[in-house]
Amino acid sequence: MRSVLGTSLSVAALVIAVVGMVIAVLAARRDNDRLWASAKWGAYANLWIMLIANLLMVQALLVRDFSLSYVAQVGSWDTPTFFTIISLWAALEGSLLFWGLITAALTAAVVWVHRNSEGPLFRYALATLFGVGVFFYLLLVIPANPFSPVFPVPTDGPGPNPLLQNHPLMAIHPPILYVGYVGMMVPFAFAIGALLSGKLDNTWITLTRRWTVFAWIFLSLGVVAGMWWSYEVLGWGGYWAWDPVENASFLPWLTATALIHSAMVQERRGMLGVWNLTLAISTFLLTILGTFMTRTGILSSVHAFAEGTVGSYFLVFMAITLVFSVVLLLGRSEELKTPGSLDSVASRETVFLFNNLVLIAFTFTVLLGTLFPLLAESFRGVTVSVGAPFFNQMTLPFIVALLFLMGVGPALPWGKAMKDGLEKNFIWAAGAMVAAAILSILLGVRNVYAILAFAFAAFALVTNVREYITPVRARMKARGESVGTSFVRVVFSNPQRYGGYFSHLGVVVMAVGIAASSAMQTTYEQTLRPGESMQAEDFTLRFDGMWAQDQPQRFSVGATLAVTKNGRDIGTMEPRLNYYPTQEDPVPTPAVRSRMTDLYIVLMAFQPDGSTATIQAIVEPLVIWIWIGGVMIALGATFGLVFGIRKTRGDRRRKRERTPELTTTGERS
Amino acid sequence: MSDQSNDTPPTRRRWRGASLVGILALVGAFGYLLYGGIGDNLVYYLTPSELAERGDAAYETSVRLGGVVVPESVQWDADALDLRFTVGDGDTELEVHSRGAPPQMFRDGIEVLVEGRLAASGIFESTSLMVKHSNEYRAPEEGMRPQDLYQDLLAPEDG
Repeated sequence: MRSVLGTSLSVAALVIAVVGMVIAVLAARRDNDRLWASAKWGAYANLWIMLIANLLMVQALLVRDFSLSYVAQVGSWDTPTFFTIISLWAALEGSLLFWGLITAALTAAVVWVHRNSEGPLFRYALATLFGVGVFFYLLLVIPANPFSPVFPVPTDGPGPNPLLQNHPLMAIHPPILYVGYVGMMVPFAFAIGALLSGKLDNTWITLTRRWTVFAWIFLSLGVVAGMWWSYEVLGWGGYWAWDPVENASFLPWLTATALIHSAMVQERRGMLGVWNLTLAISTFLLTILGTFMTRTGILSSVHAFAEGTVGSYFLVFMAITLVFSVVLLLGRSEELKTPGSLDSVASRETVFLFNNLVLIAFTFTVLLGTLFPLLAESFRGVTVSVGAPFFNQMTLPFIVALLFLMGVGPALPWGKAMKDGLEKNFIWAAGAMVAAAILSILLGVRNVYAILAFAFAAFALVTNVREYITPVRARMKARGESVGTSFVRVVFSNPQRYGGYFSHLGVVVMAVGIAASSAMQTTYEQTLRPGESMQAEDFTLRFDGMWAQDQPQRFSVGATLAVTKNGRDIGTMEPRLNYYPTQEDPVPTPAVRSRMTDLYIVLMAFQPDGSTATIQAIVEPLVIWIWIGGVMIALGATFGLVFGIRKTRGDRRRKRERTPELTTTGERS
Repeated sequence: MSDQSNDTPPTRRRWRGASLVGILALVGAFGYLLYGGIGDNLVYYLTPSELAERGDAAYETSVRLGGVVVPESVQWDADALDLRFTVGDGDTELEVHSRGAPPQMFRDGIEVLVEGRLAASGIFESTSLMVKHSNEYRAPEEGMRPQDLYQDLLAPEDG
């Protein structure tokens, strides 16, 4: 029953997406409004269909309907309800189903937000969104149908992958990341819409800028949540290993960040048109590549990929998208010659240009390092991996360069007008830079990379903070307002700008956290008998004994450690090892105490009778600032997005009230 | 909205030529760095036999060595955190030295992946040791479930 119903829903979504795509194209070419109206209804219909299909799957998981292949694959009677619900995205088929829901929801949202937009650009854009939908619904119908029936019906299943049911962060990390990934189809669709309709001015950038920021916020949060998850679950004290799965989420983030910045150049100065189209297309392709890499098993080996058929669908889809986009770009190349040019080297657009170059070089480096093992295996038949040192050495200059540009950019004006007192802006920042370097050396930092990172972070910090201080001061003087009022008024006068600077500050904070925690981390390991203690920097860990706990879905073994810091009691910590019936080696749950300096304790090994335990203690400063910085990045962008929209609406309403005849056009979007 | 009309064509052309050379130089330098960086940091997956075939080239390069822990070869000094064992692939066996506790799963006959380098002494110095687990589900044998192995640790001895 569920199998037939679920599969029918996927088929219906596929059919509607195909028909909707064709109708939207026809509506654009013939300027037919009735066709257009039905295309829009298709977008709303698919949202409901995908919503029902997903609810059906969650319900099947909850009642353990093992007659469905997906439930048989990830379900189990022993899995707690919470993890049963979120196992919707614990494996390929279910996550594609969920993905389909997000695709349908975002398509419907785009149609709703732009429901009053006119012109072929948006119609072609909707056709493109339907086209992306066709691909994902096709996967759900043919190679990865989560609703396919199983015979004979098993009585129980293995449950989700142990790594995915070991931490509640798994409930939020994948959905957030998916929204970020799928959201990148919106700028792509409008870029294709611009190319197909020939409306190559700033319209598509203006229409999608906020969608790009929206997707970018989720992508940023998704990447940070992934780092946090790996820190809390994987038990090696790190949060970023340049693992292909991590890189897959980072690559589109890099190009999307480039797009957000270069879109401003296009809006302000009418330059970089082709470049922005290319960035929107590349970002989308990288999200598909990322899904392909993480979801088809190609990462473990080229041979694993050959076994699954889903991978070839992804390859074909990427090839079609790439060829189609390149042909469109080439076809419009004559019209795309932009008139703008750089007026001055010391202008904000120059800095944005460099920021883009650095981000793209960064992307290429990570992409090469990620794909190299696959290329080597395919062409040379050797199995290799690219070590983390490659990524660390190669990307550090990029990170430092980005921090530097982030410090320089906001202080420089658009165009060529040389602002007076520019030097003064930088004297403070340069001073802070030198001070930070000296201070970190005095505090005992010997790692050159970390000192560089601190110095440039201080530079960017000062210039970005000054961007708040200068206008607030000016306002206080001119209007006689208090600091608080003045600050609020300034920030709300241009939410996008000041939100953006806050995101910059988030990046600075994060960079400091990463540099400090990786350069100043110390690891201690010792085998202890009950009553014995070990020392880790200021912390003393006394081993009080082993314990075990038999839960329905797993068996946990833990060590109890009484921890003191400089003789002061700070409580007990209990690192665990969790044994899941489906996996031989245990999944660790490190005990983490997050303050200015993190204490991270892992139970490495133990005697079955509890007579000894081998404990690893990692002391890492400032890790918590990575998460705080990540939240700041998202908060700044969200502030800019939300209040930017409200401000635009307010401005428009005021304009309309002044000129009443404009209201009849009904142009709202 | 651009002021390009002020530019005289020759300066523009010279600018363009110069920036083209500049960009090519940058891309070239970047490519060279990338190529060198990746070459220095490639880690090959090899079996003990494949490593042995490399002769002198085998020494002092980063390798991921895959094989099976030869039964009764494990010497683990828990207090010194010093681990010695032999990895074999059926043909060749290689002595491995590692510091730090092995994964809880580590035992005779299990497949391991050892990252490190072959020292001049002929002993493979490991920097990280992973147990390879198959993704296929196998029910543990009777008496080998954690519930059985670690039943001493269950309450009431709860510490």
